[in-house]
Amino acid sequence: MHMNRKIFFLSLICLMYSRYSNGQDNMLSALNDSMAANPKTTYVSGTFKALYIVNMKTIEAPAAAALNVEIQHRFGSINSGSYELWGLDNATLRIGFDYGISNRLSIGVGRSSYQKTFDGYLKYALFRQTEHTMRMPVSVSLLASMSYFTQHFQGKDTSLSNIYRINYTTQILIARKFSSRFSMEITPTLIHYNLVPTTADQNNVFAVAGGARMKITRRMAITMEYDYLFPNQLVSAPINNSLSFGWDIETGGHVFQLVFSNSQSMIESQYIGQTPGTWGKGDIYFGFNLSRIFNLKRK
Amino acid sequence: MCLRICIIHLILLFLTGSGYSQPLMTKNGFAGFYSKTPFEDIRAENNQVYAIIDPTTRHIAFALLMKGFIFSKELMQVHFNENYIESDKYPKATFSGDCSGEMDLTKEGIYQVVIKGVLMLHGVSQPLETTAQLEVKNDQIAGTAFFNVKPEDFQIRIPGVVRDKIAREIKVRIHTNWTRLK
Repeated sequence: MHMNRKIFFLSLICLMYSRYSNGQDNMLSALNDSMAANPKTTYVSGTFKALYIVNMKTIEAPAAAALNVEIQHRFGSINSGSYELWGLDNATLRIGFDYGISNRLSIGVGRSSYQKTFDGYLKYALFRQTEHTMRMPVSVSLLASMSYFTQHFQGKDTSLSNIYRINYTTQILIARKFSSRFSMEITPTLIHYNLVPTTADQNNVFAVAGGARMKITRRMAITMEYDYLFPNQLVSAPINNSLSFGWDIETGGHVFQLVFSNSQSMIESQYIGQTPGTWGKGDIYFGFNLSRIFNLKRK
Repeated sequence: MCLRICIIHLILLFLTGSGYSQPLMTKNGFAGFYSKTPFEDIRAENNQVYAIIDPTTRHIAFALLMKGFIFSKELMQVHFNENYIESDKYPKATFSGDCSGEMDLTKEGIYQVVIKGVLMLHGVSQPLETTAQLEVKNDQIAGTAFFNVKPEDFQIRIPGVVRDKIAREIKVRIHTNWTRLK
């Protein structure tokens, strides 16, 4: 009897032991297994911090019913001398409003002091990069934008027909977030100029733009952008490719971007196809982009 | 005699280990968290919470994906995943623990219980104890719990400029409807 009791006791301990040590962990691992067996398609978020890398638009868009207010500012060129305080006396501004019609479609309008230009665009998110799988390795957005400059021509006929002041840009924005720190975007671009300086210049101009972001801390990133214009398209005036660098700083609802670029304009048709300055000669424009998101819909 | 008892116990042990306990499970439990400050209200809810409860052993476990939290403001959701909870690095939150108190989860009724266990969030495990209500009805168990968590306990760093916009203690609400496994 004594022996029986011992065995009974022993098996009871065994039983309790198996319940207590494994029970919880087994249940949790059963949950984890069940979760792994039912993967949900999730999409990558935060490929870029803002709607602009420096000048080029990113695949990011305001959410449905969210309004992004963007203030872009470029000082004068750094090589303009001490009288201009190396550019700080002059400024070019663009104020823009970007609104999410749906989570895929957004619309934007802006006004820039550079050539007194209005611009507008539509951007549609065609594909979104999936997470943890290569089912969709990239995010793809389509962009159609238009610009209209209103600046008068000095000493010339000021009655340049409106149609000649309009330019169109079409871009395919292809971006991939390679890791939580590094993202890249490539954008094949077609610009149509309604008016070009001479007949030797093309009205339809092809370019490809590339940009990247590298996070250096959780709330800061370094960005770079290069816009390559294919040669022999705009030949009557010296045009240079646009190269820009930026430093993104994120604070809650704001993104603050400090930028350096050899382009003064912030509109595709102007910075891709009408950049006269080069980095080598010191035609560098320092400035910033500042954005703020407003949610117009109460949930 | 001795051998016989020994065999009986072995069989009993085997039975209990394999099929005797019948846990109840759900894949669409609810978890929400709420932060209220004079500057900003933050609300995020997740309807894809995996949870399991064993009425006999009173073990309880939860698992959820941080990306499953939907915020009222999309930008907050991006910041939450990117900067605060780092869901690329720490995709899940889990809890496992035990219920204690007066209850018989094999019988219908409403029970006020205490749940004690470990919450794993942002890669950090912390003990958690909370009161909860369990309601057994029609072969189902409905559970509700409210508790608070402090972001700092889980090494979630909040920069000074936004510290006043995020509550020191975040209110959490859990609701699950467990049904029997098929």
